[in-house]
Amino acid sequence: MDEPRGNLLLTLVAAALIAAGGGYLINAAHDFSKERIAANQRARLTASLNSVLDPSIRSHDLRTVRLAATDRTLLGRDEPVDVFVAFDAGQPVAAIFAATAPDGYNAPINLLIGVSASATITGVRPVSHRETAGLGDRMEPGKSDWILHFDGASLDRPPRERWAVDKDDGDFDSLSGATITSRAVVKAVKNTLLYFEQHRDELFRDAAARAADDANAN
Amino acid sequence: MMQTQTDLRAVFAAGLWRNNAALVQLLGLCPLLAVTTSVVNGLALGLATAAVLTAGSAVVASLRTALLPIARVPLYVLITAALVTCVDLVSNALLDGLHQRLGIFIPLIVANSAVLAHAGNVASRRGPIAATLVGFSTGLGFLGVLVTLGALRELLGHGTLLADLPLLVGGRAEAWHLALPVDGMQVAVLPPGAFFGMALLLALKNLLRKQDASRPRAGSPMERPQ
Repeated sequence: MDEPRGNLLLTLVAAALIAAGGGYLINAAHDFSKERIAANQRARLTASLNSVLDPSIRSHDLRTVRLAATDRTLLGRDEPVDVFVAFDAGQPVAAIFAATAPDGYNAPINLLIGVSASATITGVRPVSHRETAGLGDRMEPGKSDWILHFDGASLDRPPRERWAVDKDDGDFDSLSGATITSRAVVKAVKNTLLYFEQHRDELFRDAAARAADDANAN
Repeated sequence: MMQTQTDLRAVFAAGLWRNNAALVQLLGLCPLLAVTTSVVNGLALGLATAAVLTAGSAVVASLRTALLPIARVPLYVLITAALVTCVDLVSNALLDGLHQRLGIFIPLIVANSAVLAHAGNVASRRGPIAATLVGFSTGLGFLGVLVTLGALRELLGHGTLLADLPLLVGGRAEAWHLALPVDGMQVAVLPPGAFFGMALLLALKNLLRKQDASRPRAGSPMERPQ
């Protein structure tokens, strides 16, 4: 069969119709999915924040306020880091830091670190990392329970000079074959606690002010 | 432009198996190798690709007598781009967990479809039905390879099959998976595993083709890959 030659005018009309139809479809898909995508994002954020909160307050109807904190040495990034302060019945009960361990083996390790109002770790989770599969990635809670051992730790327990991995004479086990990863995470968690110790009141005050602003705005 | 049944069957067989996009033409390998860490990943991306390819081919094929030949590929890309944007948005809304994983590979379907469609010579010398069938069978063939490679890697790497089906069809599929009492070899789900698995499939395909060629066959062979 010969190849059809086509027609310029019809081609232009078809192109215009396809563009209009495509635009209409995308618009419809956008309208359909907008709310759901936003809800999915909120649910993901809540779920990840919940994963590092103390189990006893997870089921409470917590309000969280998002702040930004910048401290290159203690929070691991040049840019501002998200800090979520959770309120239970008007009282600040926890702060959750999206801190970074800058000295991961392959790349910086992004963590979510939950700290209770009494400066005790309530949970640590890796958010994104590029540690070696089979070694450093065993810090993920699904792969080993190593990262759960931070729960309940504070700058007094173990004492702050013992906040290091066993190879550096500290109190924390290191993942076998992944000393650098372990060291990076231990240091990041300790630094977050140090930051919290120095800025606790300021963070809670700012968060309370922000919460009040939001309440007034509504 | 009468199409005989046998012609259509041959067109379908060529897209699905004989001239398979992934196994014979080695096209679309980027998402193919990257997402096939489980059956469900492969299935989801394969379904999306097949649907987009079929719809794109159908529209271009039915307009073929009106379109200037040089306008076919650009319009095809325009159609697939619109469809893929919709698939991206809707899957983000309804299949959040899966969308998290397949993320960047969904927009890539556009580029892939353009390449696959161009290779399948969509809608040039064929009638609209045959051309649509080319798109459909190419997509189905691609889907088949994605699922097979996904199954192979999930089985070897995790010792499971369909373990993440709930991401695609919801919680009721929780129990529908197979788990072997072994841990699996991590390497199968790492990038090298994709190449090993693909190599096995290619070897199998070539073996079957060789056997096929040594057997005398009736009827006219379709176009052979170069």
